[in-house]
Amino acid sequence: MREIDRRSRVSRRSFLHASATVLPAAAAAATGLGISAEAAWAQEAKTLKPATMATLVLMARDIFPHDHIGDVFYIKAVMPYDAKAGSDPASRALIEEGVARLDADAMDRHQVAYLAVPWEQQRVEILRGVELTPFFRKIRGDLVVSLYNQKDLWAKFGYEGSSADKGGYIHRGFDDINWLPQS
Amino acid sequence: MANFDQNDDSVVVIVGSGAGGGTLGNELAQKGIKVVILEAGARVENQDFINDEWASFVQLAWKDTRTTSGTWRVHQDFPNLPAWIVKAVGGSTVHWAGASLRFQEHEFKTRTTYGALPGANLLDWPITLAELEPYYTKAEDKMGVTRTNNIPGLPGNNNFKVLEAGAKKIGYKEVHTGRMAINSEPRDGRGSCQQIGFCFQGCKSGAKWSTLYTEIPKGEATGKLEVRPNAMAVKIEHDASGKVTGVVYMDGSGALQRQKARVVAVAGNSLESPRLLLNSASAMFPDGLANSSGQVGRNYMRHMTGSVYGVFERPVHMYRGTTMAGIVRDEAKMDPSRGFVGGYELETLSLGLPFMAAFLDPGAWGRSFTSALDDYANMAGMWIVGEDMARETNRVTLDPVVKDKNGMPVASVHFDDHPNDVAMRQHAYQQGAAIYDAVGAVRTFPTPPYPSTHNLGTNRMSEKPRDGVLNKYGQTHDVKNLFVSDGSQFTSGAACNPTLTIVSLAIRQADTISGMMSRGEI
Repeated sequence: MREIDRRSRVSRRSFLHASATVLPAAAAAATGLGISAEAAWAQEAKTLKPATMATLVLMARDIFPHDHIGDVFYIKAVMPYDAKAGSDPASRALIEEGVARLDADAMDRHQVAYLAVPWEQQRVEILRGVELTPFFRKIRGDLVVSLYNQKDLWAKFGYEGSSADKGGYIHRGFDDINWLPQS
Repeated sequence: MANFDQNDDSVVVIVGSGAGGGTLGNELAQKGIKVVILEAGARVENQDFINDEWASFVQLAWKDTRTTSGTWRVHQDFPNLPAWIVKAVGGSTVHWAGASLRFQEHEFKTRTTYGALPGANLLDWPITLAELEPYYTKAEDKMGVTRTNNIPGLPGNNNFKVLEAGAKKIGYKEVHTGRMAINSEPRDGRGSCQQIGFCFQGCKSGAKWSTLYTEIPKGEATGKLEVRPNAMAVKIEHDASGKVTGVVYMDGSGALQRQKARVVAVAGNSLESPRLLLNSASAMFPDGLANSSGQVGRNYMRHMTGSVYGVFERPVHMYRGTTMAGIVRDEAKMDPSRGFVGGYELETLSLGLPFMAAFLDPGAWGRSFTSALDDYANMAGMWIVGEDMARETNRVTLDPVVKDKNGMPVASVHFDDHPNDVAMRQHAYQQGAAIYDAVGAVRTFPTPPYPSTHNLGTNRMSEKPRDGVLNKYGQTHDVKNLFVSDGSQFTSGAACNPTLTIVSLAIRQADTISGMMSRGEI
């Protein structure tokens, strides 16, 4: 059967092109780098603090962890919050206060900020403690679209996206399954 | 194309252009009757449909605010989106899957067959299968339903092949690619299915029947049908004798307009239709138009639904090809030994990655959730369509607080599963998982009901005026020139997708209305 090439299709060029309207150029260099406030994409935030941006990215990865997905997709998913915070003080307060709460909980439990809590399991316990807050619900609910609706990411999950422009699947494997047990 | 004067009081005004309204409009126009269809949404032609789930949702879905209450999970997950239906010319025939099944005989007689179920408000239809059969035959021909009229079935896609292999392995007999209003060969000026997928996003090839590019242009070609898009009905007016006289609507510019009418037929789907009747309350009809029974908005049904997904060791690519061309019918029978009355169908279903993320387990996060999505390519999926029990307390009311931009109260939808619905869903989840387990699933999971696509029963037919809103022709018991033409007519929902029955009733209603008009009764 025809399978999908799941290797990353995010070349620097295509990524810059696809994200030109929402993402600073520096983010394109993020692939493979760690999530930190010192990263160029975090430093380019205009309204939210760089540490807040980095915390949102790590939080996004902790909420919807996919080990075969690079940080750049999570960065792209949360980057719009900076512009939103710039035009909407309520959004800015929700996010900065939400991240401050995460850091306070992390300090209580582990004596470091959320970003520095070393293990995913420990961070997930912190998130469990805030999952009913408006902040967490907002971030989780937005991510369902802002993460999974990135077309560059679909092939990594084996999803091919738009089909009519390719003639449908009538000649592209709609019935090519070949491993079912014979009855 | 016709263009009728707003003061022309000889026209039939139909509110809505979907399976009920679009079909009725064409049928009447073919008989030479002048028709104005008021459609709340825009006219989007099929070449403009988008193979992208969220972008298509924005293009087509009914997104105007509604409110919800009750114990159904949709209230928690999607509090302002109780239904996933379409606001566009063609209505929900734009995004329907095409499954076209007839009711079984006993499903017209639920009160007689199922008995007096506590907590339910069952009632027999005032019509029988035998009375509707000639119209089912006409509808199947009109819509080009596969496995009828010597039309071959659609070829099975990967998702169907998994369902079929598993179902046969556990002993199910009636398993095939469905009775689908999707061309398996060219017919009626439309081509055959290209296995595009994206049936829910509007069929770009036009192989799937939709009033948008069948009934409506055929009606328009007679010169007797005018479709007005972006015309949101606000209120139905009546005279001192109690006859309806026209419909007030808001046009695309936001201005209120009034179209006079000889007859009004309401076909706005089961949430908007009762809302319009309730919002048309007057001194003569203080509880809403045609609501002397108090049943307008009540007995809301949405089918007992849910989905089962199975994850396999190797790829399935369930999203390739026709979304719902696959069915297991063995459980649609009446067999109370299973612990519930009524039955259900299992039908293939797939969602793209974006909607799978949104609907797999709304509100979920963490690795249990993401590990399921990681195996998206290896998933097969099925949807459960079972009969749910009418309850008086499951109902559409006018929200006491929230209003639309015309200042009219929005629809508020209350729903609680009946214990029979819960028992049936549990059974269906187990059988669905067993199907996938039989062919080597490594993981199966039940998925909760999505926002309702089948909205039924809120203006139901009844033999006696005290039990319902409509007589056997969809004419309101209270107002003789006021009809209802959508799924809100349903007295019960049956274990099958409703569109074929809505279309059959609309063809029959056109005969009724034209007969009454020619005899001067309305």
